[in-house]
Amino acid sequence: MAKELWKGNEAIAEAAVRAGLQAYFGYPITPQTEILEYLSRRMPELGRAFVQAESELGAINMVYGAACAGVRVMSTSSSPGVSLMMEGLSYIAGTEVPAVLVNVMRGGPGLGNIAPSQADYNQAVHGGGHGDYPRIVLAPASVQEAIDMMGLSFDLAEKYRMISMMILDGSVGQMMEPAEMPEMKPIVERNWDWATNGALNRERRILSSIYIEPAAEEVANLRLANRWKEVQANEVRYKEYFLDDAEIVVVGFGTAGRVSLSAVRAARAQGIKVGLLRPITVSPFPYEVIDQLTGQAKAFLVVEMNMGQMLSDVRLAVRGRVPVEFHGRPGGMVPFPDEILHEVQRMNGANLSVHADPINSWLARMAEVK
Amino acid sequence: MAAPESLVYERPESFTDTPTHYCPGCTHGVAHRLVAEVLEEMGVTNRTIGVAPVGCAVFAYNYFDTDFVEAPHGRAPAMATGVKRVLPDRVVFTYQGDGDLASIGMGEIVHAAARGENITVIFINNANFGMTGGQMAPTTLPGMKTTSSPNGRDVESQGYPIRMSEMISTLDGVGYCVRRSLHDPKNIRLAKKAIRMAFETQVRGLGFSMVELLSTCPTNWGMTPVNSLKFVEEHMVPAYPLGDYKVSEAIKQVKI
Ligand SMILES: Cc1ncc(C[n+]2csc(CCOP(=O)(O)OP(=O)(O)O)c2C)c(N)n1
Ligand code: SF4
Ligand SMILES: [Mg+2]
Repeated sequence: MAKELWKGNEAIAEAAVRAGLQAYFGYPITPQTEILEYLSRRMPELGRAFVQAESELGAINMVYGAACAGVRVMSTSSSPGVSLMMEGLSYIAGTEVPAVLVNVMRGGPGLGNIAPSQADYNQAVHGGGHGDYPRIVLAPASVQEAIDMMGLSFDLAEKYRMISMMILDGSVGQMMEPAEMPEMKPIVERNWDWATNGALNRERRILSSIYIEPAAEEVANLRLANRWKEVQANEVRYKEYFLDDAEIVVVGFGTAGRVSLSAVRAARAQGIKVGLLRPITVSPFPYEVIDQLTGQAKAFLVVEMNMGQMLSDVRLAVRGRVPVEFHGRPGGMVPFPDEILHEVQRMNGANLSVHADPINSWLARMAEVK
Repeated sequence: MAAPESLVYERPESFTDTPTHYCPGCTHGVAHRLVAEVLEEMGVTNRTIGVAPVGCAVFAYNYFDTDFVEAPHGRAPAMATGVKRVLPDRVVFTYQGDGDLASIGMGEIVHAAARGENITVIFINNANFGMTGGQMAPTTLPGMKTTSSPNGRDVESQGYPIRMSEMISTLDGVGYCVRRSLHDPKNIRLAKKAIRMAFETQVRGLGFSMVELLSTCPTNWGMTPVNSLKFVEEHMVPAYPLGDYKVSEAIKQVKI
């Protein structure tokens, strides 16, 4: 299919439809609302389920119900709404049913603002709902990538019977870019052997997140952990740019990664040996590739639109062997390529310490700017 | 010679053989049985999906021989919405307590009713949070002692009871909304009829249906089972009048 001009949010909605989305439940919140609006027209047109829920609590539990029924189901929201969904996410994870959730992140904490942000990385990747549960988290940096990840999100969620989230900052949701849509896929009746869709000609089924015996809950927790090992072994995805001979490795996801690429190109033009690693799956996180890069890199620079959340994962992979520096723009701010270029120039040839706390030194540099 | 036996009572087929975990004299068991009998009589057991609540009935899924899911506290109507919207030809019901439905799940129940979701809600009003040890519920009577209203519910500081059936029946999406009681055989039979009508409302696509059942909680009320039945009759029924709050015209014509 030819490229067309698509707005990020609408592209996500249409891509989900084409991937066989059977039910959508959501609640309006900027900068995600266009997904809901688009689907309010598109889903009924195709005879598929759409409900504007009374709240994100309602929406995620409708998702939970439809997921138990065994259909392709999704909700989308933005940061404050996703916080409200955490209860449901934990239940979905505990019940081991597949569901897809998109978080078009905005500035926080609290009501914050409606500007692009990556401040929900920890919530998506490490935290969120109660209990021990893994989840897949994809981080697109462009409208095309968001489109491509929609089908993947459903496939992964179903393959591993777990939540697959897509986190993007508001700018990807709001911007218009030329992009190519996949073909419309037909709805496939999957007839999962776990779905609660009426016990016609079969034994009845129960779906629940309850394991009242701690020993049974432990078994369930371990089952999830072992499944996660499989995800880690098979589903890590990332993009590499100019890494072959890179001495400085920039790591950034989503828009921060995309802006970093411009900075890396500019630095290369100045002869600086710098490259970029852009995680596509932030969960499972590409620990191994960072571990390997640590052998060649003299230093890492983590760039994020938050206070240094993915930074912890990079440091976990680097394990103190080389310095890790940080540059962040929290609160709804987007870094300029110049700022990142400036950081790369500063680091190039500098005598950096592995003992410095990257957040403290970044805060000190931010204070100088102000 | 032994007299010829005639079977007058047995477990409905929609019931599993699992003994319930309810306290002796608790009317949760009665309500379960009525629902199971209705599902069986309507022949819908193998296309029904139940949604269990968080509350004493959290294990309801062990007792009904139908598919079942288990919702977060209060969210059963939202979960049921998700199931029913993608499986419109199945029968979907929630079974919820008064803490679940009238406290934490107030938003979900009101909006499911307002949307006219074709689901059936069995609402067990036992005037307290049974499962967590008898705290005050939105339905606790004024002056009634609970573990979180130890001197009796003081309406000045703890507010007034909520009459759910009256409230829900004001919504246009509702096809059937009645209150019944489980305190004696006559009322139990009326309750069963109402449950049947609620499910008939659903299979006919006439909108949201709810049956509120006044129930006992002998354990947390600190009463014998017999005294708690009397308490329902003497104190609950006056505060929560039995009756048909909304019955759509089409359902009025249905003769079973
Ligand atoms: C989010 C959440 N909050 C609180 C609880 C604890 N809790 C479990 S059951 C219950 C009350 C149940 O009361 P009700 O719905 O009236 O059911 P009953 O046991 O009386 O039948 C509460 C507060 C919970 N499980 N989840
Ligand atoms: S605690 Fe009350 S409501 Fe719960 S099973 Fe016992 S008597 Fe019934
Ligand atoms: Mg109760």
